[in-house]
Amino acid sequence: MHSLGRILGALVASAVVSVAHADTIKVGVIGPMSGPYALFGQNFKWGIDAWVAENGDTVGDHKVEFIFRDEESPDPAKSKALAQELIVKDRVQYLAGTYFTPNAMAAAPLLAQGKVPLVVMNAATSSIVEKSPYIVRTSFTMWQNTVPAAKVAKDMGSDKVAIAVSDYGPGHDARDAFKATFEEMGGEVVEEVNMPLSTTDFGPIMQRIKDSGADTIFTFLPSGPPTLAFVKAYIDNGLKADGIKLLSTGDVVTEPDLPAIGEAGLGILSTYHYAVSHDSPENAAFLEAMKTVGAKPGEVTMTAVAAYDGARLIYEMIEATDGKQDPDTAIEAVKGMSWASPRGPVSIDPQTRHIKQNVYLREVAKEGDTFINKETQTFEAQPDWGLAE
Amino acid sequence: MITILSIAIDALAFGMVLFIISIGLSVMMGLARVVNLAHGAFAMIGGYIASYMLREAGAGFALSTLVAVLGTIAILMPLEFLLYRRLYRNADAFRQILMTIGLTFFIIGITNTVFGPTSKPIPLPEALSGPLDIGFRMVPAHYVLVIACGAITALGLWFLLDKTQFGTRIRATVDNAAMAESLGIRTEILYAATFALAVGLAAFGGVLGAQLLPIEPYYALRYMVIFLVVVSVGGAGSILGALAASLVLGLASTAGKYMAPEFGDFFFYLTVILVVFIFPHGLLGARK
Repeated sequence: MHSLGRILGALVASAVVSVAHADTIKVGVIGPMSGPYALFGQNFKWGIDAWVAENGDTVGDHKVEFIFRDEESPDPAKSKALAQELIVKDRVQYLAGTYFTPNAMAAAPLLAQGKVPLVVMNAATSSIVEKSPYIVRTSFTMWQNTVPAAKVAKDMGSDKVAIAVSDYGPGHDARDAFKATFEEMGGEVVEEVNMPLSTTDFGPIMQRIKDSGADTIFTFLPSGPPTLAFVKAYIDNGLKADGIKLLSTGDVVTEPDLPAIGEAGLGILSTYHYAVSHDSPENAAFLEAMKTVGAKPGEVTMTAVAAYDGARLIYEMIEATDGKQDPDTAIEAVKGMSWASPRGPVSIDPQTRHIKQNVYLREVAKEGDTFINKETQTFEAQPDWGLAE
Repeated sequence: MITILSIAIDALAFGMVLFIISIGLSVMMGLARVVNLAHGAFAMIGGYIASYMLREAGAGFALSTLVAVLGTIAILMPLEFLLYRRLYRNADAFRQILMTIGLTFFIIGITNTVFGPTSKPIPLPEALSGPLDIGFRMVPAHYVLVIACGAITALGLWFLLDKTQFGTRIRATVDNAAMAESLGIRTEILYAATFALAVGLAAFGGVLGAQLLPIEPYYALRYMVIFLVVVSVGGAGSILGALAASLVLGLASTAGKYMAPEFGDFFFYLTVILVVFIFPHGLLGARK
């Protein structure tokens, strides 16, 4: 009995030792690799690949391996299972990705148990970072991008705004952020429309907005097929011709969609943290690296830049912990970290663990043959307004 | 009053889109008795061809639509010969559903790989894009096209099925295939023609409806329920039924969206439930 215990002990010890010696550090990335949002999951991969292409796949003498899993749609149960499998079976030291808020929320409770930090590369509801001390975010939040939008609306002389947002978490965040900021500055919100995510026919909604007497529309819809239909309905129902302005977050006018919106979209305003056309040496180098890993210029989106910066954080965390599984040290190492991202200067807010960054006002414009979001104004070092008090 | 008129116009346009895109399925279900869950995928193929013709090949809108319809038929006729032929009438619904839904996933996968996941625009000619002033409000100019094409499709089909020899033969085959065959009607060819007709209508609807139902790989599944609903509310195989169903559902959906957008498709499906409850075979479906 005694010897059996010793043998077992030795086995366990050797297992532990072999883990400590395993020199490959695995990072599990959960993203929409198939399905309607596959472009954004693909951009996760390109962004990470671009970082690896520039910085190599080793940190010190630790090899880093990224494992991709498909979340496909907002499906908390499935994402939780994926995260669990990555932690338990694949023994990843870091988790990353999550395009959809519910999926990030579902993975959050596992992080403390598994001692695994999560780098959120998209999901944009403010409260996600509060769900676990092991979450950092390199994307954006709705509050972060929307508060500047409300300021823009006021600056350009809008008095009556109609808000039309997708009826789910981030949409509600966008609505609340805009309303709170705009009303505080003395503006009036004359109409609020919560549009179901499945809506593709926006004609009746445009009519409703028009009847409300609004002079400006603020909208948020997640990037995807309906954003195009929304912009078209805005133009085709004569709201643009009537001088009603359209203001949105950049999700509505992502670069891959701009050719489809076409000439009619020229002049549409949005506030966002990253435009593919952002003019900086970092962005030029980033886009070059993206090309070498197979990304077509017309398909780069904001998720690539969030993944690229997310990979930087993961490398930093691996270096700080020297490859050991120590989430507290890892997270501590990136708090307050600042660097020049392709989107501009950014830093990790030590309080919220969310990325602080510039938010730009952009206008859809045509440069040569390509449609771009031309940056016209910069709101510097914006925190997540949903958490900053 | 103006608001009511406004809603009516939106409803008419949306209803016509529903009609154009669902009538092919109605033909397939009513005449060939195949519950074709790949109908959305067929419409999507038409949309992709039209988008390619317009944007890459630089063809005009009318030509692109024609190529889309004929091209979709050409691509899918081998499937008729290889697969669908086994499913007409006598196959059980379960086999039909398994095969057609499998085909749908197959087409979605190929489309996603070849064309990518983003939506593909179908640019309209200058005269039909942008807003059109109709006095009391602006409407999208393509409404005119959609409403006109819907009316022409309805009339054309009615003429084809009710007034021509071809239509008489189809109806005879639907009513009693064995008897029709013994009278010398080549039912095989008729079925193939019906399949081609349904596919052509699907492609036509895919192209014309693309302004309201954008073309992307998941189109094939995303709107399939709506197409099936239109057919079951209207009654399979009935042109007038499909038209009535489309307009009623278009009105329910549009008015619901105007008055209570956060209810989503609630009013659409409420109407469906009420109609199917009162008319179990659809508004103008055949009672057996």
